[in-house]
Amino acid sequence: MNRTNRSLVAAALSSAALFLGACATPPAPFDYTAFQQAKPVTLLVLPPLNESPEVTATPGVWSHATQPLAEAGYYVLPVALVDETFKQNGVQTPADAHGISHTRLREVFGADAAVYLKVTRYGTSYQVVNSETRVDVEARIADLRTGQTLWSGKAFATSAEQSQQNQGGLVGLLIAAAVKQIIGTATDASYNYAGIAQTRLLGAPRFNGVLPGPRSPLYGQPPPAK
Amino acid sequence: MMAALALRGLLPLATAGVLVGCAQAPKPLYMWESFPKQQYQTLLGSDLDTTAQIQALEAHAEKARAGNAALPPGFRLHLGMLHLAAGNAGTARTMWLAERVAFPESGPYVDTLLKRLNGSAPATSKDNPA
Repeated sequence: MNRTNRSLVAAALSSAALFLGACATPPAPFDYTAFQQAKPVTLLVLPPLNESPEVTATPGVWSHATQPLAEAGYYVLPVALVDETFKQNGVQTPADAHGISHTRLREVFGADAAVYLKVTRYGTSYQVVNSETRVDVEARIADLRTGQTLWSGKAFATSAEQSQQNQGGLVGLLIAAAVKQIIGTATDASYNYAGIAQTRLLGAPRFNGVLPGPRSPLYGQPPPAK
Repeated sequence: MMAALALRGLLPLATAGVLVGCAQAPKPLYMWESFPKQQYQTLLGSDLDTTAQIQALEAHAEKARAGNAALPPGFRLHLGMLHLAAGNAGTARTMWLAERVAFPESGPYVDTLLKRLNGSAPATSKDNPA
């Protein structure tokens, strides 16, 4: 095999690898049949379950649910008032709220669908030269008239997305880590990453994301193909 | 070499994609200001300054009026809840009815809230809403 042939083979192999890599990653398109039939207008976002050790995860993720869903075209019940209504009805924890039947939720809140959220990661982890703030959230939307699941998805946001681009040598890294620790504690960095994660999770239109609702100019259009 | 050329060809395309993405960013439906953060603080509860939050949200509402922008769903319900916590049941009712006018689909929940308001003794609840 001469030199040209060898490089051609290498090029072919690497593009094959690229091709396979590209093909292997995208998940199958979501089946929107139930979602499109249900046509929910109003959404009740339940208090998120929290699997992280941070007590502010539930309010942090909950308060960031309204904006992406409302901008996606839905009427979203205000979460702090929903919290109060739950408490007036003796519902104290997210797990209690998630355990209520769809018929009862529909009766009290009158919403078409409920958004069930679970925070699987929330907070800042510190290492010697780095700290990472990361928020992971899972979501499921269920029709409150039938109990049927209409959509589910998950997303995360992490400070590592930005740090990967910063190359400042070890000293630079140490300074960055120190600065990040200060910022992380002073401004509740997780709260900001919760906002990014929730926009990725609940914003529309996104591939395999929530369908645009009736107040969106994109209402009724097919979901993005990729 | 071919792969490199192909990549070089893709770069401007990718840049164009980013630019197009920016250009197509739709105009927001609502004026949000600090509303999500205010809701967060209400949920945290512990040392919520109800009066300060009412003032912040009323300034937000004024700004929206002046700019002819729409207030987000739930905004008037949240503000009404704060007024109720401050002992102003009448203002709460006005706010909640205004929500139903702005968002008719809020009707069933507004009915639940009004039922509660009518059912309870003169709403002088000073309870922290969170």
